[in-house]
Amino acid sequence: MSEKAGTQMVMLGNAAIARGAYEAGVKVSAAYPGTPSTEISENLVKYKDELYCEWSPNEKVAMEVAIGASFHGVRAMASMKHVGVNVASDPLFTIAYAGVNGGLVIVAADDPGLYSSQNEQDSRMVARAAMVPVIEPSDSEEARIFTKRAFELSEKYDTPIMVRTTTRLAHSQCIVNLEERQDIEDKPYVKNIAKNVMMPAMAKARHLIVEERMKKMSEDGYDLDLNKVYYNDTKVGVITSGIPYQYVKEVMPEASVLKLGLVHPLPRKLIEEFASKVDKLYIVEELEPVIEEQVKSWGIKCTGKEILTVQGEYSANLLRKAILGQKLDIEPAADVPARPPILCPGCPHRSVYHVLKKLKKHAAGDIGCYTLGAVAPLQVVETSACMGSSISTLHGLEKAKGSEYVKDWVACIGDSTFLHTGVNSLMNMVYNKATGTVIIMDNSTTGMTGHQDHAATGKTLMGDDTYMIDIFNLCKALGIENVVEVDAFDMKKLEEVIKEETARDAVSVIIAKSLCALHKDFVPKGKCKVDTEKCKKCGMCMASACPAIHKAADGSAEIDETLCNGCGHCAGCCPFGAISLIPANR
Amino acid sequence: METKNIMIVGVGGQGTLLTSRILGNMTRKEGYDVKISEVHGMAQRGGSVVTYVRYGDNVAEPIVEEGCADVLIAFERLEALRYAHFLKKDGVLIVNDVRMDPMPVAIGAAEYPENIIENLSKKHKVISLDAKAEAVKLGNARVFNTIIIGVAAKRMDFDKDTWIEVIRETVKPKTVDINIAAFNLGFDFI
Repeated sequence: MSEKAGTQMVMLGNAAIARGAYEAGVKVSAAYPGTPSTEISENLVKYKDELYCEWSPNEKVAMEVAIGASFHGVRAMASMKHVGVNVASDPLFTIAYAGVNGGLVIVAADDPGLYSSQNEQDSRMVARAAMVPVIEPSDSEEARIFTKRAFELSEKYDTPIMVRTTTRLAHSQCIVNLEERQDIEDKPYVKNIAKNVMMPAMAKARHLIVEERMKKMSEDGYDLDLNKVYYNDTKVGVITSGIPYQYVKEVMPEASVLKLGLVHPLPRKLIEEFASKVDKLYIVEELEPVIEEQVKSWGIKCTGKEILTVQGEYSANLLRKAILGQKLDIEPAADVPARPPILCPGCPHRSVYHVLKKLKKHAAGDIGCYTLGAVAPLQVVETSACMGSSISTLHGLEKAKGSEYVKDWVACIGDSTFLHTGVNSLMNMVYNKATGTVIIMDNSTTGMTGHQDHAATGKTLMGDDTYMIDIFNLCKALGIENVVEVDAFDMKKLEEVIKEETARDAVSVIIAKSLCALHKDFVPKGKCKVDTEKCKKCGMCMASACPAIHKAADGSAEIDETLCNGCGHCAGCCPFGAISLIPANR
Repeated sequence: METKNIMIVGVGGQGTLLTSRILGNMTRKEGYDVKISEVHGMAQRGGSVVTYVRYGDNVAEPIVEEGCADVLIAFERLEALRYAHFLKKDGVLIVNDVRMDPMPVAIGAAEYPENIIENLSKKHKVISLDAKAEAVKLGNARVFNTIIIGVAAKRMDFDKDTWIEVIRETVKPKTVDINIAAFNLGFDFI
């Protein structure tokens, strides 16, 4: 379907954000992939003839790229998942002081329910601390409109604006009306050191302006079109925003509703007026009681987290039970085995973890598909905090427990995560005389988020060829003498190298390389087959958890050939030679 | 019209997203308001995934609640059982009768439940078929989900030709013919 102005489309929330930014005349966009924000950039690139967009190595860099564009008078956007906002918080907190020239929008995608994240933080809390205004849409069409309005508000109030979304909004589709791209002229760059260089004297003055700005926005919020009041039966009133608004609409069609589009700073007068007109007031917001605590601090009586959880996603049934006190006649869920995510058939990480397990090594883990090395039966990854942390936590454990202790440990990090923030940690190991071993699990893509390019893939988001940063030589350039590249599926060589490098009293890097089996350029070597005559039903082939292998009724191994990606790992695990990799006919 | 609720459940990587896209485009073509909610990210790596499609005159909530699904399409038996309580009392369950062991079963930490289809049939209207085997016969195991769409389409109020038109517009150009064959096979199944 074509994306022509004047037509309608069923669009993902993230696609609608991209569309809104496009229509607003955005000229520069930067991001690092992260669920649930990734599809914003993947959709924005469709308009690449009229704008520039990139994958940056991390969110801090992405934010600064957008800030640079804004300084020089064009509309710019940086999008990221909630934990990415933490990485970008250094520039975020200070650009709130400096303000903008071209409209500057930050999309922060929260993940209530932790579908694909390491925590459940609420970006509104970060924005409050940073003094950055936040607007929050409640479906794809609003995502388009609000993103567009965010650029206008940014320029009007001279502030970056955060558009906050959640997984449910980002990954839901609904009908969106497409409009023309606005023809926005670049604003002239005017040298203004007092505004654009944040040193103590300047920042002191700007801080006062920030406080004034937030006060003004709160006042103007009274009749801001992004806030909507629906008076109905005034016995019950609900203040809500974002996706929870849809649940309120579903469950309480009779109630009066104040739907906030501007969620920071809160439009106090509007809220006070609404509260005075309803008998019983509820506040329905997912995650933290950000609206509720402020409203209560103004002496307004309301009910929120006393009956509603701070954890996970809401739903209509949750409100039916908590607010309406309904007892729902629902069959209980069947008690069935869980189906957690696992490494895919043909995944090169499996082979590395298999060897580490065999050698009884422990892994300081990181963020990516390979965090799944913590899941049974592999369970090699024992610690993981955030992007890039594997290398620095390995360093920390060595400094705590000594260089003999670290010989039983390795850091496991992916190529994209290494370039994100791992490289700084590796610098630190060299500088501070560490002796640990880092395994870069290089599958030549950003795997978990769906195969985005990065600085070492040789392609940009816009699809252009570019210089491919050489991870091997990058590590060498840091002064690491022992950098070894190994085929991730060569278990014999891997075993040798891991033994040798972990024993060494110097920093080592092992690059375990093989393309992600889901990558579009991946070509399977063939299919694995079991010789049932030779199979001794020992289960060794199942010990590294390939989803393509299962036990047949007679206990022997069986390989589902529609799932098998022909990596041959299971063949290498079988002590009886019962599995062979049948090469594909070319 | 009262909002209709459809759920598609399966194992990450089985193609639930394509199925929901076809359903979404179909209901849109018929002039309904529609909301679809999907799972991206980590669960797509072999985890249990669920997609919701809701259509009607005016749809607010993007997800289907427990006890509310008119049609539950399950791409795998255990997933059918996991989500069966989402079905309405008179809802229809369409199951791809295949078994995919989740990791706790594969490593012996849990048992794969026996007689899932028989037990579900006692409580619900169940249509089951081994769509994967049928798809293999057609020449591409991956079109099993289009066979299932065909089975579901027979139980929905839309015109068969419109379905085919939507499939033509939604799937990759190279796979149009086999997907239409798969749809027809499902549509004529029972």
